Amino acid sequence: VSRDLLFEGIDEPGLNTLEGYRRRGGYETLPNALRMSRDEVLGQLIESELRGRGGAGFSMGKKASFLPKGDMDKYLVCNADESEPGAFKDRELMQKNPHQLIEGIIIAAYAAAVTRAFIFIRGEYAYVADILERAVAEAKEAGYLGERVLNSDHDLILWVHRGAGAYICGEETALLDALEGKRGNPRLKPPFPANQGLYQGPTLINNVETLSNVPHIISMGAEEYVKLGVPNSTGTKIVSVSGNVQRPGNYEIELGISSRELICDLAGGPPTGREIKFWFPGGSSSPVLTADDLDVPYDFDSMAKAGSMLGSGSVIVVDDSNDVLDIALKVAKFYRHESCGKCTPCREGTNWTVKMLERIQDGEGTPMDLDIMASVQERIIGHCLCVLGDSMAMPIGSMIAKFRDEFEAHMESARDAADRAAIEAAA
Amino acid sequence: VTVPPERIARFSHGSRVPGWDEPVDLDLDPAEVPDPATTDVPADLRQEIDDYMSRYPDPHSAALPALTAAQRRHGWCSPEALEQVACVMRVTPAYLAAVATFYDMLRVDPAPVDTHAIYVCTNISCSLNGADALFDAMLAAAGDDEHFDVRAFECLGACDIAPMASVDGRYVGPLAPADCVRIIGQCRAGEEVLPERQLAYRKAADTLAREAGRK
Repeated sequence: VSRDLLFEGIDEPGLNTLEGYRRRGGYETLPNALRMSRDEVLGQLIESELRGRGGAGFSMGKKASFLPKGDMDKYLVCNADESEPGAFKDRELMQKNPHQLIEGIIIAAYAAAVTRAFIFIRGEYAYVADILERAVAEAKEAGYLGERVLNSDHDLILWVHRGAGAYICGEETALLDALEGKRGNPRLKPPFPANQGLYQGPTLINNVETLSNVPHIISMGAEEYVKLGVPNSTGTKIVSVSGNVQRPGNYEIELGISSRELICDLAGGPPTGREIKFWFPGGSSSPVLTADDLDVPYDFDSMAKAGSMLGSGSVIVVDDSNDVLDIALKVAKFYRHESCGKCTPCREGTNWTVKMLERIQDGEGTPMDLDIMASVQERIIGHCLCVLGDSMAMPIGSMIAKFRDEFEAHMESARDAADRAAIEAAA
Repeated sequence: VTVPPERIARFSHGSRVPGWDEPVDLDLDPAEVPDPATTDVPADLRQEIDDYMSRYPDPHSAALPALTAAQRRHGWCSPEALEQVACVMRVTPAYLAAVATFYDMLRVDPAPVDTHAIYVCTNISCSLNGADALFDAMLAAAGDDEHFDVRAFECLGACDIAPMASVDGRYVGPLAPADCVRIIGQCRAGEEVLPERQLAYRKAADTLAREAGRK
């Protein structure tokens, strides 16, 4: 079921060094790409139909083609701020095969005529950043970076920039503010970063996995690449599976296999004797699906049709030993903590959702709270500069819709317990 | 059932800016860019910040790496640390304070220089595997030693080794509450923490799945 492309030989010792990467044919695509014209490379990326692997799923080639032509300073930023709960694929890619990413960055920068690139990595990934910095230094030494890459007319400066711990910096415009040395607050869009991004210059922002795909697309050709996966969800996807499964970890699959194969065959399914209660198909910000949805194909469009989203490709499985209220509270508290506070619906909405969930937990909730909470979620979605608030509203809304009876049962039992405690205290 | 008054905290929504509930001191001097002639900046810190600033078209971009470097030397983003960074970067300390208070890894509460940062992930995947008990055990193991900054942290991106913790930037897991005493002890002794369970040495799950014969 699994299909190695980005993960080929991932555990080979020394793959994260220049020598190890070259031994597996690394950097052989780069000279070929540099011999092609920029438009030809861009054309290949568009034809490959590669969709962004960071969450939004927008066509990578099209995004690169939106950058204006001309002589201004343009930037490429690799988004390595992987902070979505349940996502850990980029970490594995950077830790074990950093040169694959660097080669992808060089080719993408060539296609978009960019001369300055940054990898924005989350501060918590300190040891991964060390590996990346070593790899960048090696690539510089070998002439893959710097002025006149491999004696072509393409220049590229690449730096690794470490964040300092904020989920919101994974949002592309907040990331740009953080990279400019400010608080990581999202910006109003439009203008989109492709027109006005880093230092107000045209900026191409792509996820680690997206850029790691680039060398493979150029080496095998877009025509071959589109044969992987299913129409409109081409290529392979590294899926992080975690939670209540027997073999948590990163699995590379062709898009379009059934979710059951991914969760039950590859990741080993829930612990013995347990059933899957619900699962997040794309990180904690995706609406939850239940065991009934296990046969939905794992690709962008099928997930959207099932009422959820593929997001960053991070499956979190929750088994029947868990209370939906606890998970809802975890999700809500996370987004409350990470809300940057710029937009009122998100700042207040996340806060009130936590308060209402806590009220339910303490036995002070009423069934009306569920309706109020559902309406709070509706009022967040689409009303903020970025989708952080939506990221809480969508899973919480779906949990209320799918497990309403469980919330109500919990409410009743918690209220009974609280009443009994009050009577005992009075007596 | 009546709610005790202390439970109704009107501004309890977790503003991360310390001092939000303190009145403004109107007698304070307006923030100025520190004078290099009177600000003592360690040479190595100055050099490191200069190096960061040289990497970007706009030197302000060096704020995060510079603050991290200052925190390494001072233990936290103290007024003195901010003053030094501000002096090299030619910005006001207030600008840097605004930045530092936004990010979780920059400490804005006093801490000694050699503080061990222990982040226990308590997000969904880890908590499904017992992270809350792990966090309590870690707090108990560290006790009131101010050299340990033990925090319940948001998803650290290592759900494959849940429940896990980041100890001075090294990821270890899966952990049991019983491991916490050993982790704290190894930190105190300056040893590598649980080398057999560091993420850096773990193979990709795909390989493990194949080894399990279930491809």
